[in-house]
Amino acid sequence: MILGKVVLVTGVARQLGGRFVRRIQRDPEVDRVVAVDAVPPEHHLGGADFVQADIRQPTIGRVLAEHGVDTVVHLDVTGTPLGSGSRTTLKETNVIGTMQLLGACQKSPAVKRLVVKSSTNVYGSAPRDPAVFTETTPPKSLPSGGFAKDTVEVEGYVRGFARRRPDVAVCVLRFANILGPSADSPLASYFSLPVLPTVLGYDPRLQFVHEDDVIEVLRIASHEPARGTLNSGTFNVAGDGVLLLSQCARRLGRPTVPLLMPAVSWVGSMVRTLGVTDFSPEQLRLLTHGRVVSTVQMRETLGYKPKYTTAETFADFARSRGPGLLPPEALSRAVDRIAALPVLGGGHPPTQSAN
Amino acid sequence: MADAKVIPFDDDRSRAGGGAVQRPQRRRGAGSRLKGEPAVVREVQPLPGRPIKQDDVPVTHEEPEAPEGPQKSQDGGLERRIAGGLAFLRKRLTGDYEVDDFGYDAELTDQVLMSLLRPVYEKYFRVEVKGIENIPSEGGALIVANHSGTLPLDGLMMQVAVHDHHPAGRHLRLLAADLVFMLPVVNELARKAGHTLACAEDAGRLLSRGELVGVMPEGFKGIGKPFGERYKLQRFGRGGFVSTALRQGTPIIPCSIVGAEEIYPMIGNAKTLARLLGFPYFPVTPTFPWLGPLGAIPLPTKWTIQFGEPIPTDGYPPEAAEDPMLMFNLTDQVREQIQHTLYKLLVQRRSVFF
Repeated sequence: MILGKVVLVTGVARQLGGRFVRRIQRDPEVDRVVAVDAVPPEHHLGGADFVQADIRQPTIGRVLAEHGVDTVVHLDVTGTPLGSGSRTTLKETNVIGTMQLLGACQKSPAVKRLVVKSSTNVYGSAPRDPAVFTETTPPKSLPSGGFAKDTVEVEGYVRGFARRRPDVAVCVLRFANILGPSADSPLASYFSLPVLPTVLGYDPRLQFVHEDDVIEVLRIASHEPARGTLNSGTFNVAGDGVLLLSQCARRLGRPTVPLLMPAVSWVGSMVRTLGVTDFSPEQLRLLTHGRVVSTVQMRETLGYKPKYTTAETFADFARSRGPGLLPPEALSRAVDRIAALPVLGGGHPPTQSAN
Repeated sequence: MADAKVIPFDDDRSRAGGGAVQRPQRRRGAGSRLKGEPAVVREVQPLPGRPIKQDDVPVTHEEPEAPEGPQKSQDGGLERRIAGGLAFLRKRLTGDYEVDDFGYDAELTDQVLMSLLRPVYEKYFRVEVKGIENIPSEGGALIVANHSGTLPLDGLMMQVAVHDHHPAGRHLRLLAADLVFMLPVVNELARKAGHTLACAEDAGRLLSRGELVGVMPEGFKGIGKPFGERYKLQRFGRGGFVSTALRQGTPIIPCSIVGAEEIYPMIGNAKTLARLLGFPYFPVTPTFPWLGPLGAIPLPTKWTIQFGEPIPTDGYPPEAAEDPMLMFNLTDQVREQIQHTLYKLLVQRRSVFF
């Protein structure tokens, strides 16, 4: 049988899953794409076979067998519920769904490759952590709940699966905060708030990865490795460079409100109750201590160089969101106007006001 | 104060008077200043005398630094500073600046943080630096120093010393205790000034990038020791800094700091209070906490920072970093060299305050 690959993708009702399905179908070595999700997607899938199945149910095993799937791309590990879903169903999809899917893969002899979308959340965020995480850095404080804990558990199950099925190439991709014009991550909704609450006295370092790069890395991981590279294992995926939260806010043109730690928690739970954004404890920790990962493995082993740096990713995201209350252009024009004032010849050096 | 500063200014004028080329330039400079002044006087009507004085101070202050070109500081000095300041302000307000993976903000450190520390360094502690030539101009190196003074001012002064005196303008990246990164505001400033957590991963990463890394292996044992034990080096941790330097093959530069031990003479330690606050120690000095915040002003001691001869580590095989005996020996060698230099500097010192 000289047939092309059959790729099964989970979580296609989301923007990222839909984009990946449309993209990977155009690859010549891919024969068929089976797109799976519990709810039908609102976007088109470019002619992929959509199968409405809940990965929390054992039916997923039948789908794998029926279509003769050899590559499984598991994207249904997410931090934000789709539509009106609750945190409980989200956690079930993340954890129980992964367990069911891996169980089905273990039974299916045709499966040769597994790609799992994880997150750099697995490292947690603590003041006692080293400044830069590598794939082997043990976290100082394990995430206590929420999406971060889900990813830790998902990765645990994936490691177990890799032990039981050593013939399957397993690739775990730990993505930094995904941003881009259509991003729907918790951090994207945080940056969409008109005024950004921050933690007083902390300026976390953040790292972003662009949606386009996410799609490309997923593609590399789903195919046979190119010459001289290896695409099984665990990889951090992030754009180059670092942005501080204060820089992000200024580049977005959104004012920040520094709050004392307990007040931030209250505001967080209030905002969450209102349903504006997921201001979970782990998100709060990220916005306090920040997180930076090393991408040496991604460059040297996986052989991928991101097209967007962290700053470019953020610029692309900022363009898609429209100007904030304090657009950076207006601010720099204001400074230029001050510079043009004739009286400034003898004024005080304004460096003090920059503090 | 203002009088004392005017002297080099006049001195310069008499010297510049000899050169025909410099004269018109100087006069042009004075002219532009005259143009600027009335505007200021108009702006600040109630105090007509002050702006002129303020105008004078930075100009005369710049002169001793650049005696070769008096026209430079006269002509565009102030305007350039204002323009530079505005450009800086614009960049800060629009977030258009860069930080590295560790959160080090080179621009902020150079233009603001160092300028804030410099008066303390130059005027208050009157730091004298020796052996700056022992720090290589490029490539990684690990500076190992003694630690004292209740508050880590010695680390900051060492950073200013390297920043201001090293001919290649190198930046010192300090390794700090985890407490620094738990405290609000402090952690933010520490990261922006280029400090990072004292752990083997961060130190190794910085050294492999060719940075100059500063470490104080005594840690809290050194900084929180009672006044009676001043200038007695404590145990150097587990010597992790030696194996990190050895793995990277970077030299170790011993550094001895004299003066920091007396800034807060710690005569007691309120251990219960320290435990309550989560600090490793709570200092009790003759003035603190009795005088409140006033008691937290350090004594104006005279400091000396001496950088010693580098100890090379690139001659060892890679597996040497795993050899505990060699690590202990090297740690002892570094420790003894610092202790020895400390005693030597103490003998040379005339008084604690001068």
